[in-house]
Amino acid sequence: MTNFPSKRKSSGIKQWDHVYTSSVQNAPSHHWLKIFGAGALKGMVVTLKNFVTSYFRKPDQGGIFTVQYPEERYPEIENYRNLPFLVYDGSPDKVRCVACGICERECPPKCIYITMETDVAGKPVRKPAVFDIDYAVCMNCGICEEVCPFDSIFMDHVFEIASPRRIDTGMIRHQEDLLKSSEYLQKIRPKTATMIDEKKRAAEEKKKAVVKPPQGPTV
Amino acid sequence: MTSFIEEIRKELSERLPNIKLRLVRASILIENPKDLTQVVFYLKENPRFLLDYLSSITAVDYLDYLESVYHLYSMEKKQGPVVLRVRVSKTDTTIPSLIPIYHGAELQEREAYDTFGIIYEGHPNLKRLFMWDGFEGYPLRKDYEQEDSEILETADIEWLESKGIGITNEVKEKAKQMKMENKRAAAQKPEKPRN
Amino acid sequence: MENMTQVENRHPSETLEINFGPQHPSTHGVFRMQMLLDGEKICSLKPVLGYLHRNHEQIAENITYAASMAYTDRLDYLNAMTNNFAYAIAVEKLAGIEVPERAEYIRVIMAELARLVNHITVIGFLLNDMGAFFTPLLYAFREREKILDIFEEVSGSRMMCNYFRFGGVKRDLTTENLTAIMQIVRRFPAFLEEFEALLTKNEILCMRCQNVGILPANLAVNSSITGPVLRASGVNYDIRKVDGYSIYKRFDFRIPLGEKGDVYDRYFVRILEMRESLKILYQALNKIPQGEFLNKKTLPFLKMPRNFKPAVGEAYGRIESPKGELGFYLVSDGTPQPWRYHVRAPSLINLTVLEDICIGQKVADAIIILGSIDIVLGETDR
Repeated sequence: MTNFPSKRKSSGIKQWDHVYTSSVQNAPSHHWLKIFGAGALKGMVVTLKNFVTSYFRKPDQGGIFTVQYPEERYPEIENYRNLPFLVYDGSPDKVRCVACGICERECPPKCIYITMETDVAGKPVRKPAVFDIDYAVCMNCGICEEVCPFDSIFMDHVFEIASPRRIDTGMIRHQEDLLKSSEYLQKIRPKTATMIDEKKRAAEEKKKAVVKPPQGPTV
Repeated sequence: MTSFIEEIRKELSERLPNIKLRLVRASILIENPKDLTQVVFYLKENPRFLLDYLSSITAVDYLDYLESVYHLYSMEKKQGPVVLRVRVSKTDTTIPSLIPIYHGAELQEREAYDTFGIIYEGHPNLKRLFMWDGFEGYPLRKDYEQEDSEILETADIEWLESKGIGITNEVKEKAKQMKMENKRAAAQKPEKPRN
Repeated sequence: MENMTQVENRHPSETLEINFGPQHPSTHGVFRMQMLLDGEKICSLKPVLGYLHRNHEQIAENITYAASMAYTDRLDYLNAMTNNFAYAIAVEKLAGIEVPERAEYIRVIMAELARLVNHITVIGFLLNDMGAFFTPLLYAFREREKILDIFEEVSGSRMMCNYFRFGGVKRDLTTENLTAIMQIVRRFPAFLEEFEALLTKNEILCMRCQNVGILPANLAVNSSITGPVLRASGVNYDIRKVDGYSIYKRFDFRIPLGEKGDVYDRYFVRILEMRESLKILYQALNKIPQGEFLNKKTLPFLKMPRNFKPAVGEAYGRIESPKGELGFYLVSDGTPQPWRYHVRAPSLINLTVLEDICIGQKVADAIIILGSIDIVLGETDR
């Protein structure tokens, strides 16, 4: 039997700290159990009990716990991380990503490929021109989300992405496929999204407080 | 822990005075690889230390020499790690095996042989562990060049032809030329890494 | 009578060499054994490895320390939290990072939950190999699902958790998480009673497992065996008590030891270890303090892993994983990538003794012995 330590103060680590299996095995049992075959019969009673009670027990107490998949879904957990996606605010032009390349550098299997956009004069613009992620190589570690300084790449919850080809329309996702709105982020990860919005609001308030025009002396 | 190591070193230099030892970073370096079995046997049988549990055998490549590192613990006395090192050069890589003393050294020495090329004398079955038997080269050394699987070598061409797959003549010529120059099919490394 | 030819007592026979091949449902992965059989008895057995070799050690020499935390999940893929724990301890020894109190408690809770997950899975698969076609396995998996749900809520993924960071853990545990874990801990003994009623005194199991694959204690110590296999042979060595890494010294738990060292003892030692893990979990959940979950000095390294450059040196960090002693040997040369990264895998080293205890047994017993030694190919081949 598992003896949970009682509420009174324990006297520290006991001197004997091991227990032999034979001392537990040879515990006294009922004499009818000594008939040959009684152990197997006791086991069959367990399986019969499980079979009968599975019809009316709740799933987490021994009932049927499988979910009929396409019709019923298991409830989504907020922190589940599967594959990355990019976030835009408002319209797909206003991408949060500035193509700094940190997620590309830190990705362990190197599945991200980024190129920065340049305007007509050749000067770099802070937007990605090419942002490719190879979904077949991505190992769902979540490191790109951790290191992004601009809160622009997050881990999505999609898992139904099977496709017949590996390269075109298949596993290599380009920027258009990866962009999703910030309302979508709010829907799948409410706590993270609200935290980021509050951080942004606090930063803007601080900026406004600094830029207040100097007040002249009160008359 | 340092005092334990120094205790061991003092005892070893008293009892086995012919063996040269040195303290390197809280571990004992045995200068001559041939003395390894004597030191380990002494440490195992001495009733003060009783180091009867060999935890791991590792090999490291330090560009000039290869090093084999041993971690020993004591199950009887529950004593802490004793780290021993042995250094060999890259051309003559033989170290006496610890199989007569510890049976648990068998698979770990095979792994060190497979990945680094250290040959343990006295090991009954020193074959490759992870790579297939005909593999050439020692992958975890720092000067190992990655193979390019698109370029075929003569051994690959023979194997493919024995399975009935035809190879064009120019590929065969290239492979023959590479074999004459004694070059392996090394992969091209980019000159500058992207990041 | 004289015309009758003498019938020999024993037909002249040859030994048969078979490959207990890489594709087999009972070898727990792609593992091959070359057996030499005389009838049904085994004359010799050689394990052949390398079918899952993914070159983990060389990959780690080219990426940063933080990025290879994601790769360590895939070593022993059944309990990923334990591998993360061992790697975090090794790097913290190398760089001299301290871990705050609450983070230590969270780590111990996750490690003991992983121990529960591993032991039920092993017992379930052992019974699967014996022929109890999936019934005990699915009872075990019912409990495992609840624990995997906890892992998903806490770290984001059921198996490849990537939860530990150098100096703490990635995300804090909320009160809902703690209540859920406490509920599991309270309901687990009832499940264990049911599991034991099904299995422990079962005559079929007793007859198949007792006196099969006996491992003597001195051979076990000499062959560097660790974990429940060693303790079933009677040797009292558990790294949680010997080294006292993390905060295990504060908890009150016992170490189950076997007496004979056969398959039945290894099964029973795992059941008793599960009960002791429940005790540790109960104590940890009651005493967990408020505080930080990550050492503040390592926060900048989370955002810029390239800046994490430990001092030149080496470290060997080891923990008691459910399969044995899992150790990481790291050599650093001052750059963000390690110079040498080696995993001391318990599954590989516990296989040293497979031939010695299988000789003379029958083929069906060899399957059970392999199941009780508990290997996972991700760790053996790396």
